[in-house]
Amino acid sequence: MTRDGPMIHPYIPNSVPAIKEQMLQEIGVNDIEEFYEDIPTELRLTGLMNLPPPFLSEIELRRHVEGLLARNRTADEVLSFLGAGCYQHQVPAVCDEINQRGEFLTAYAGEPYDDHGRFQALFEYTSMMGELLNMDVVNVPTYDGFQAAATSLRMASRLTGRPEALVCGTIGRDKLSKIRDYCQRAMEIRLVPYDPKTGLMDLKSLRAMISDRTAAVYFENPSYLGFVESQGDEIAALAHEHGAVCVVSVDPISLGVIAPPADYGADIVCGDIQPLGIHMQYGGGHGGFIATRDEERYVMEYPSRLFGIAPTRVPGEYGFGDVAYERTSFAQREKGKEWVGTAAALWGITAGVYLALMGPQGMVEIGEGIMARTYYAMARLAEIQGVRVPLFHAPHFQEFVVNLDQTGKTVAEINRALLARGIFGGKDLSREFPELGQSALYCVSEVHQQRDLDRLAEALEEVVR
Amino acid sequence: MRRRLGLIVNPVAGLGGRVGLKGSDGPEVQKRALELGAVPQAVDRAARAVERLRSVPDLEILTYPHEMGADAVRQIGLEPVVIGAVVPGHTTAADTRRAAQEMRDREVELLLFAGGDGTARDIYEAIGLDLPVLGIPAGVKIHSAVFATNPRNAGDLAALYLQGQVEGLREAEVMDIDEEAVRQGIVSARLAGYLKIPYRTNWVQSAKVAQSSEEASLASLAYDVVEKMKAGWFYILGPGTTVRAIADELGISKTLIGVDVVRIVDDPEATNGEGRRAEVVIADASEAQLLSLLQQVGTRQVQIVVTLIGGQGCLFGRGNQPISPRVLEQVGKENIIVVSTPEKLYSLGNQPLWVDTGDPTVDQMLCGYIQVVTGYHERAVRKVVC
Amino acid sequence: MSEDILRHRYTDGRPNLRRFHQARWDEPIIFELSREGQRGILVPEVEPGIRERVGDVLGVLPEKMRRKKPPALPELAQPQVLRHYVRLSQENLGTDLNIDVGQGTCTMKYSPKINDQLARSPKVTELHPLQPEETVQGILEVMYRFEQILKEISGMDRFSLQPGAGSAAIYTNASIIRAYHRMRGEQDQRDEIITTIFSHPSNAACARTAGFKIITLYPDEDGYPDLEALKAVVSERTAGLMITNPEDTGIYNPRIAEFVRVVHDAGGLCAYDQANANGILGITRARDAGFDLCHFNLHKTFSTPHGCGGPGAGVVGATEELVRFLPVPLVEFDGQRYYLDYDRPDSIGKIRPFYGNVSVILKAYAWVMSLGAEGLRQVAEIAVLNNNYLLHKMLEIPGVSAPYARGKHRIEQVRYSWQGLTEETGVHSEQIGLRAADFGVHYWTSHHPWIVPEPCTLEPTESYTKDELDEYVAILAHVAEEARTDPEKVRTAPHNSTIHTIDHAPLDDPSRWAMTWRAYRRKVEGKGEA
Repeated sequence: MTRDGPMIHPYIPNSVPAIKEQMLQEIGVNDIEEFYEDIPTELRLTGLMNLPPPFLSEIELRRHVEGLLARNRTADEVLSFLGAGCYQHQVPAVCDEINQRGEFLTAYAGEPYDDHGRFQALFEYTSMMGELLNMDVVNVPTYDGFQAAATSLRMASRLTGRPEALVCGTIGRDKLSKIRDYCQRAMEIRLVPYDPKTGLMDLKSLRAMISDRTAAVYFENPSYLGFVESQGDEIAALAHEHGAVCVVSVDPISLGVIAPPADYGADIVCGDIQPLGIHMQYGGGHGGFIATRDEERYVMEYPSRLFGIAPTRVPGEYGFGDVAYERTSFAQREKGKEWVGTAAALWGITAGVYLALMGPQGMVEIGEGIMARTYYAMARLAEIQGVRVPLFHAPHFQEFVVNLDQTGKTVAEINRALLARGIFGGKDLSREFPELGQSALYCVSEVHQQRDLDRLAEALEEVVR
Repeated sequence: MRRRLGLIVNPVAGLGGRVGLKGSDGPEVQKRALELGAVPQAVDRAARAVERLRSVPDLEILTYPHEMGADAVRQIGLEPVVIGAVVPGHTTAADTRRAAQEMRDREVELLLFAGGDGTARDIYEAIGLDLPVLGIPAGVKIHSAVFATNPRNAGDLAALYLQGQVEGLREAEVMDIDEEAVRQGIVSARLAGYLKIPYRTNWVQSAKVAQSSEEASLASLAYDVVEKMKAGWFYILGPGTTVRAIADELGISKTLIGVDVVRIVDDPEATNGEGRRAEVVIADASEAQLLSLLQQVGTRQVQIVVTLIGGQGCLFGRGNQPISPRVLEQVGKENIIVVSTPEKLYSLGNQPLWVDTGDPTVDQMLCGYIQVVTGYHERAVRKVVC
Repeated sequence: MSEDILRHRYTDGRPNLRRFHQARWDEPIIFELSREGQRGILVPEVEPGIRERVGDVLGVLPEKMRRKKPPALPELAQPQVLRHYVRLSQENLGTDLNIDVGQGTCTMKYSPKINDQLARSPKVTELHPLQPEETVQGILEVMYRFEQILKEISGMDRFSLQPGAGSAAIYTNASIIRAYHRMRGEQDQRDEIITTIFSHPSNAACARTAGFKIITLYPDEDGYPDLEALKAVVSERTAGLMITNPEDTGIYNPRIAEFVRVVHDAGGLCAYDQANANGILGITRARDAGFDLCHFNLHKTFSTPHGCGGPGAGVVGATEELVRFLPVPLVEFDGQRYYLDYDRPDSIGKIRPFYGNVSVILKAYAWVMSLGAEGLRQVAEIAVLNNNYLLHKMLEIPGVSAPYARGKHRIEQVRYSWQGLTEETGVHSEQIGLRAADFGVHYWTSHHPWIVPEPCTLEPTESYTKDELDEYVAILAHVAEEARTDPEKVRTAPHNSTIHTIDHAPLDDPSRWAMTWRAYRRKVEGKGEA
């Protein structure tokens, strides 16, 4: 069927010529062109843009997009051991149900009077995160864990007025790149060497590097390379001794079993909420959190929104609003403030739903379950000749480094062979951490069953042989 | 909890306006105004403001007798606590000053007054910054920044303040125009002082971007200016709270409505300002003192720091007269640092800044575009006209 | 009147107002719903074979690293969690429900459901970002194709899809400007970014975050960005110009190309914040005005839902000269396969993990593919028509004005002023907004602090019918009338909301503010652990 006259698109109601005409008439204008009078002719595009022809019906559009997507092979169609900042976990159906509700999905920045539900849902999210982290202040999510870490360091710099951060040497290189860019004119980022045997921060080096220039000491738990940094209390004490802030990035999924950083002295805790009920989405499911104690000087340094609970004029009714809306901090003294904008609120609501579903017992069980599978996988892989696992002698959670130097093969070769067997092998670390040789970062979670881990062990054994 | 409000009405305020007398200062003018058929407006306007306070629970209104306040309160059917004594029909500026002092001593939380610039000046002279005040506009001349936009808004803001719903207080300019000069066709406003007024930025929280408070803006712009100050240089600091923030950052005290000169000196011991410290060379300087300073030290190492007058945008010629055309000429445009909080600039919209130094050549020199320091590493560009 | 509402839409040519009342569930805080022992979801148990092999695995953790007590999360069964959140969702006004023209600058247009459905495909949601490239050819092709579309819409040479939303994209622009001057050895000298007062405030804020000094231009007497002021401040210190156009007032800067030229002549770069691009799609392009960088908000102009404040996406376009600085990786196509190119030594590096909010990018791609070039142009034209129609109707309300460039048309939004009404009635813009909430619509004043007095910013986009625009105006006209006849009603609004007027004082008081339930229990209720 061909159409007569102009296209009437279902998304553009007033494109109906009669309506358009009526509106123009009411305004007293002959042509829509007149509205563009301020745009100089030489800047006007003549003719139509050169775009692909559209798929005007939904079914054609669906066929086109799904046709493209059909070429993807997803992590649940194969057996995946990829992690390194994005994690495959069970996503409860209720999480999806809630974040698909049009009332949440299509809302934005209304007042508490229009959008009370959004305020309460996000307040509940921060409240549940507060329990998990054992901290009293948690922000409305920022973009992602990278941003949360970078902002935490700049908060530390503003708090102390100092120009340098000491960062654990095992930080992922992408995250380091983000931090370096973001902190470029505010502070210098120096890496603290790690113990090659354990991966832990080398405290001797830390002692040598820390000074009254140090704004923050930053480390991660579990670390990017999977081991647990068990010297948290000593690192925090050292930082405090020198007037520095202790910043710890943490994977919230671990906190049912691993001590929250606040318990061993962290002042600012940050991380990513993607593991909490949010699909991986090819890296599109991230949201960042920042948590501190309820101290005014910390609160005033947050660039993020902070939602607080407040009474209304009806006794007993809960209202919500922005806390310390006028941040009276003299943050301007730092070379550049930060901003707040659209970030990842819907993922915050989703993570709240996840924590409400999981409850205390769920978080303990998932933490313990991930550790059990991690240790089982490490034990099974360690049986393979030429495979060193874990590379670091330290407790591990969820991820671990597998060194393949003695197999005579590269990680790339091995991963290709694993792919042929329907397995996504661990992340290749050979470019990111050349000092680790041919190493890969493997990740397991509660989605893996014993037979999956056995299958990995068998496949890897075959492949390295 | 009992809330205590003070109310002062200057009954003759506004008398001159309707009959073309450009003000009501002095008994002669008032008499002439009444002769010309002027009707006192201030009592009615005060009553309209007080009307808005009805909703404040447990409110006690302290006021002076008759037309100085009691009439206005009773007009709307409330009963004030009346103090002091006046001769009805013959109230004076001295009565206003005495009333303000007595209300301060009786610890009112807020002093609401109805009048014009002259009344504001009287209250400033009586109590300075001791007490938060708010003006109900009732006079002919309303150049001061201490007035609400109309009586109703004055009442609303006062009600909010008394109920703890106003974020803060700020110091606002009291301007005074020489009425005699105006009657002769010359407008010459001068900065008389500052009063502390309540202000609210918004009724509800609705913006998507957090803002910093005016206090933070002041600290931020002061830090910017001080960071750039050089040892061995002299700085002529104009009047006003904005410039005073810079003095605060330097750790010196400043004459609020006068012009001071400071010098930055090297001092390895100084904790403030990275090995530099400021010393006051001249406090409340006159034009002659500034000129003699310039003669002594030359013009190479002298800068002027000024702010604009809120709401009207005057840069030179109103309130900072010691920084005269001759001083400006010698120091040069490139050595003038203009500072303002963003809020003060916003309130001007796209209305340009202006100068009226009395010397057309100097005015011409100052015209064009000028950068205004609005925060740390932040400046705005504003047009200056004359 | 209520009878009429049921039977007729209009009375005397004016739309009847709805008898709206926002949902009010009096829903407790989720912790209050907790009952010990209830479970909302179960996690897979550890199989005996694993258990046998690893034993008490927590024993490997040093005592100090073990959590002593389980986190005090609420305990609820699944239906109760669902019901709680569905109730909260009902107490929220999405664009799916309201005539969302009141959140100007946010471009609250229709987010097509088909696009949400497509993005929920497991073929998107279950992809790990580090999968081998041969297993993600589909999603890479979507990203690649979308980049080609953006190039055509803007005229720029390459795009990064990485930044998480608009401000992150603006920050990326600032970081690229910084990298450009560093490469030329001028990073210390060129430290000033110029913007305009009616550009989105993130331009100043993000540039400041990147370490620049900010110079802000005010409008000239006609209300347009002041070219003479720009000429007066450009210098060898100028790093760049970062501006929104049309500005947040809806005014298009007719001298935009000259602005760019002046800054280029001074050695600076020009970045175009295209957050307000909805009215100029297919009408005029960033490149044609000479810009070096630009960005679009996919959650505004390209229809993806706002999600209560994210996830969104900000895409950054650059000219050939600046492509080298774009964040890594870029999506490339070698004629046969799509791949991610990390080998870009001059890149500013990472702005966020991986490649961007991919599901948002997919929705935006699907949106463009459902409209085509003709459709996009119609989007722009109808958005502009709707806006000027709304402007025309709004100015009929006594007490409303549209300051700056008075009497001129606007592009896709208008910043109005209620100053006239406020002076007359003492009712303020925010109070009008709170009363408007009683009729089921959003309303936004504008960014603080206000330059336009008593402002409100309306942006009708292409998604609303003439009837809906009439209804929105009728609501505001009604509220304005009330401000004159019954100001108390407006002043004490909202009356039909989920909740009543909030006491904001505790939110600014460190001894009383509470950002988590635990803090509230401790500080306000005096319970819980100290």
